[in-house]
Amino acid sequence: MIVDIISTALFMIGCLLGLTGAWGLLSFPDFYTRVHAASITDTLCAACFVSGLMLQTGWSLVTVKLLMVLLLLWLTSPASSHALVRAAHHAGLRAMTWSFLGDRS
Amino acid sequence: MLCMTALVVVYVRHLFSVVMLFGIYSLLSALIFVVLDAADVAFTEAAVGAGVSTVFMLATLVSTGRQEKAPAHSPLLPLAVVTVTGAALIWGTLDMPHFGDPGNPVHVHVADRYIQESPDEIGIPNMVTSVLASYRGYDTMGEVIVIFTALVGVLSLLGVRERRENPVHRTGERHSRPYPVLQVMALLLIPFILVFALYVQFHGDFGPGGGFQAGVIFAAAIILYTLTFGLDDATALLPVKLICMLAAAGVLLYGGTGVVSMLLGGNYLDYDVLAHDPVHGQHYGILVIELGVGITVSTVMIAIFLALVSRAERPR
Amino acid sequence: MVLAITIGALLAIMLLALARALAGPKVYDRILAMNMFGTKTVLLIAVYGIFTDSPSLVDLSIFYALINFIGVIAVLKFIERVEEYDEVVER
Repeated sequence: MIVDIISTALFMIGCLLGLTGAWGLLSFPDFYTRVHAASITDTLCAACFVSGLMLQTGWSLVTVKLLMVLLLLWLTSPASSHALVRAAHHAGLRAMTWSFLGDRS
Repeated sequence: MLCMTALVVVYVRHLFSVVMLFGIYSLLSALIFVVLDAADVAFTEAAVGAGVSTVFMLATLVSTGRQEKAPAHSPLLPLAVVTVTGAALIWGTLDMPHFGDPGNPVHVHVADRYIQESPDEIGIPNMVTSVLASYRGYDTMGEVIVIFTALVGVLSLLGVRERRENPVHRTGERHSRPYPVLQVMALLLIPFILVFALYVQFHGDFGPGGGFQAGVIFAAAIILYTLTFGLDDATALLPVKLICMLAAAGVLLYGGTGVVSMLLGGNYLDYDVLAHDPVHGQHYGILVIELGVGITVSTVMIAIFLALVSRAERPR
Repeated sequence: MVLAITIGALLAIMLLALARALAGPKVYDRILAMNMFGTKTVLLIAVYGIFTDSPSLVDLSIFYALINFIGVIAVLKFIERVEEYDEVVER
């Protein structure tokens, strides 16, 4: 019972975080701010979902697999965000500065 | 969502964006397969559609143009042709039995037999694998040979650039900056991916998986290595000759299993005779041919990828 | 109930990411959206698999996470290579 409540709470937090990130992805003005919105929420959202699922399944092989999903997402998601920003920076994509705010570069 | 993505794919002209939308498209269709409870198909769709074909298309785009040409003539004639063909196809389906009708021939004879007899005859829990590898062994062998033919075609068209003798002038160093973070990540991930590929390969009897999927995962590990460390290191790790020999060996392993079962007095690809007990024989047969499929698929994918990348890295 | 809310939220996130992928002015925006879309697909498959008692789908989601990562890296590498030739930041 208490496990159910905790996992439901985790799911809700995960949903909230994911929606925040997606909303940021959609509405922020330039690329770097979008990366910031998406990548930060991504890891914690995944953590909430997967740990909620782990509480639901109890202790079995599936739990270990879920843990692997979580570790994989934790490793790959920041790494790909890093690579993405680095590539964009090298390609000469300029970050938005205050002076650009007026004309939304 | 699927339709929306497809429409935008038609409209966007920047081909990199098109490829990425294709990736999303195939993720969506894989989700449909998941909801339909076809985990094996979803696995394959994810592996081939979202993973490998995206990478291949990108590698091709590097060596060709990046912008779609504006159509030179009026779109009306192609539209008419497509409409007529589509109408003909739909008209053709009118003769077919109703979708999902339990009286369909496929449901009456084949599927029932597979579902009822498979636990006794083959004895493995995943029915998809038993149909794929045992009942439809000829079809699967045909698929493997098709993949092998694709390898022959790509290699004869492109060829893999051999390793340069003088390491100072390696082209890879000039073109790709090293990403230290990614290299560390790749080194962490690749052993995990390889173990996962083996798991999928040998777990195919029990859950979704099997030779095709495992081959693609194995190839994905090598593709990751090539992407992060460069082509020269990858060809040093896996020489092209070795890859080609392994691809041929996979096909031979598959075909040879059939020959062995013939020599032991059964039909071609009839695994019952491989052991004293028919069920055990089926187990061994499926294990061996799945291994053959896995080897062929992975090596063919790697070889095609290396060929495309070496074409892309060639200085112009 | 929890399942419905969770899957609904994940689908909504995917829709938003898809909108960014379709709109995305730069090619990097599209990659970012694709990355997010893939991550949420992984979560969606895991949630669906656990709640419908078919845990073999979790294998599938492990695999999706891998493929997603490799896809993003591949796109980045190739774009980098192309832009060194073109010296043009994509529109």
